[in-house]
Amino acid sequence: MSAPDDVLVSVRGLKTYYSIRGSFLDRLVGRTGAAVRAVDDVSLELRKGEVLGLVGESGSGKTTLGRTLLGLVPATEGTVEFEGQDITHASEHDRRLLRRRMQIVFQDPHASLNPAMTVAQAVGHPLEIHGLARGREEVRARVADVLERVGLAPAEQFMDKFPSDLSGGQKQRAVIARAIILNPVLLVADEPVSMLDMSVRAKILELMLALKHDFDLTYLYITHDLATAKFFCDRIAIMYLGRIVEIGPSEAIYADPKHPYTQALLRAIPEPDPRRTIPRDLPRGEVPDASRPPLGCSFHPRCPKAFEVCGWESRDLKELLERRWAGLGEEGFEAEQAAVGPMEALDVAKTHVRLAAHGGAHGSDLRGLLDRARAADPAEPFWTGVQEMRDANGSLEIDWYDPVEPRLLPADSVEVECHLYDETALAEAAQRRQSRIPQ
Amino acid sequence: MTAILEVRDLRLWYGTARGSVRAVDRVSLEIDAGSVLGLVGESGCGKSTLGRGILGLLPEGARADGEVLYKGRNLVTMSPRELRRLRGPDLGLIFQEPMTRLNPLLRIEDHFRETIEQHDSKLTPKDVRRRSLDTLGRMGIPPTRFRQYPHEFSGGMRQRIMIALALVLRPSLLVADEPTTSLDVIVEAQILRILADLKENFDTALLLITHNLGIVAEACDRVAVMYAGQIAEEGPARDVFADPKHPYTRELLRSTISLDTKVLHSIPGAPPNLISPPSGCHFHPRCPDVMRVCPAHDPIETQPDPDRRVLCWLHGPEREIPDGGTAPLEREQIAVAEEA
Repeated sequence: MSAPDDVLVSVRGLKTYYSIRGSFLDRLVGRTGAAVRAVDDVSLELRKGEVLGLVGESGSGKTTLGRTLLGLVPATEGTVEFEGQDITHASEHDRRLLRRRMQIVFQDPHASLNPAMTVAQAVGHPLEIHGLARGREEVRARVADVLERVGLAPAEQFMDKFPSDLSGGQKQRAVIARAIILNPVLLVADEPVSMLDMSVRAKILELMLALKHDFDLTYLYITHDLATAKFFCDRIAIMYLGRIVEIGPSEAIYADPKHPYTQALLRAIPEPDPRRTIPRDLPRGEVPDASRPPLGCSFHPRCPKAFEVCGWESRDLKELLERRWAGLGEEGFEAEQAAVGPMEALDVAKTHVRLAAHGGAHGSDLRGLLDRARAADPAEPFWTGVQEMRDANGSLEIDWYDPVEPRLLPADSVEVECHLYDETALAEAAQRRQSRIPQ
Repeated sequence: MTAILEVRDLRLWYGTARGSVRAVDRVSLEIDAGSVLGLVGESGCGKSTLGRGILGLLPEGARADGEVLYKGRNLVTMSPRELRRLRGPDLGLIFQEPMTRLNPLLRIEDHFRETIEQHDSKLTPKDVRRRSLDTLGRMGIPPTRFRQYPHEFSGGMRQRIMIALALVLRPSLLVADEPTTSLDVIVEAQILRILADLKENFDTALLLITHNLGIVAEACDRVAVMYAGQIAEEGPARDVFADPKHPYTRELLRSTISLDTKVLHSIPGAPPNLISPPSGCHFHPRCPDVMRVCPAHDPIETQPDPDRRVLCWLHGPEREIPDGGTAPLEREQIAVAEEA
């Protein structure tokens, strides 16, 4: 591992929760609302001069992590160290000084520039805020320098233009110029090319690589796009629902992705190759609500490889029934829904539920229903998690195995948070499989 | 195969304070029944205007000229009333932002009832429900959620609902304008899977408008590459990708960053504005293969293969090129100043 003085940023056990305001009544009785766990216990290091890619879908918490790191969002728990100094709770005065050293480039260049400021005003603004240039002439001279450096040359042609006169790529160059004019050491780039046309993305990426070299920059590159990250990053961290599920050197992640989620992300990228077709066996559904994450591994409801210990629960049963009903036709759906009745009870995460039979049905009817569902799709991973189903007086009781919490563990040259690579979890699952009560 | 839609010499333009914008400039296209045509280009090339123009959904003040033949009838000259009757049961449209197209105050059920009753008022409520649930089910939306409101659904599910709403009237042509742009990569692939399977499940032809060549490659039978209001190249997707005839297609393919990309590549310059596009071939200022004829004369469409069309002087016709016209054009390096 790298020596400590190699480390620019060190994040330990970082959590960033956003509280959701409850209803008026909740507040009246002093009940606090739920929390969105945007970043949920993340640890990572950013070494000097490297490009770390933070990759995930929307709602994965990647942007919040970037912002927490910069202090734009307060951390709920954990620490952020920058150049060996704990900055988690830095004062506003200290933050101001820190901002000379760490800067950010946002996704949307059209929204990042004030339409009423000229390019020279916008790019020179940080110098004035931090009092780092004396007089208008010096500001303009330094702005001209940095504009030429980001390819907006000759600078005179651009200094007095307004953002509306620039193309998307030119705007993003101006935004980058504004970010580097203070000579920062760390640049957080949040989707810097995803709003740009294909034919100009490469130019901005090349510019950023050149700047990194010339200015000794360290990048945190936040993106949903594994294809550009492949080009740009030394290391990749894959995020899912607030957690890092896989992290390691880029080559390893692309050559041999370990986590089923990483594998799915890579396979889903559309390739400009007509011999390829869109895969049919992609994970179902979407990123779940981060205020009510699934039990166990957050990815288990979508994971094609999930098994006994991954965290199966009541909400998975509801989804299973709904998926079944989407393809069943109206009569089939209505008959089965009448027997199951309202499903609100399944919305609360539990590993034990008692499902009351409705409309004159019996517990055995519900059981028959689930048996049919299972027969229709025996490979469905949900069933590995069912420990026992019992008929009991007009209802059906279902027990799932208790979840095993996933841990980020080393696997070859990467670290991955998946039970498939956790010997303890695998052993536990094997034991449960043997002792399963025959259905 | 028979063409369900034929576009012939279509021109669409609208006036602005700075002059008239020729968004679509003499475009001809055919879409076969049950096939998928990808319309690909960068922002501002006129692809969305073309998609809307085909359906007669242009903004106030836009003008159209040429023919859009649907089952032998010209949509360009059709009255708004007749056109409205075709939209839905014959021609459908899916937009980029699913949230802004669903009414937040209406349940999903009401969206469907309204859509179906507009065009088929004789159906009983039971039939309406059955038809809606069937279409939703094929899109993977469970019937238990039929009475929910749009905000209760995720982005991907809303787009599925939009597609179901367009398909419930069984149109023979669906225009999808960047249907997956605001979606995550896995959900995008799910939606593309649905669109690519339309032929089997609904017998619907699809015009898929996108800026992403990867999407075209994986979902489309044919592809039309659009640049500055014109179709630069058109042909079977497989052939166009394997052997692009137009330098723009070739350069755009090289610029697309994918997992197989070995070297970063970009096209110098930026797409032109459509008020005063470059003379001759609109791509000539950015073209690595530019010849003397290119800025001087408008290119003429040729067929390098029986099934392909290209608008580029590299492919002739030779008798139209003046003497010395094929010599490379000497020009100054394009300054970054002109770049996007």
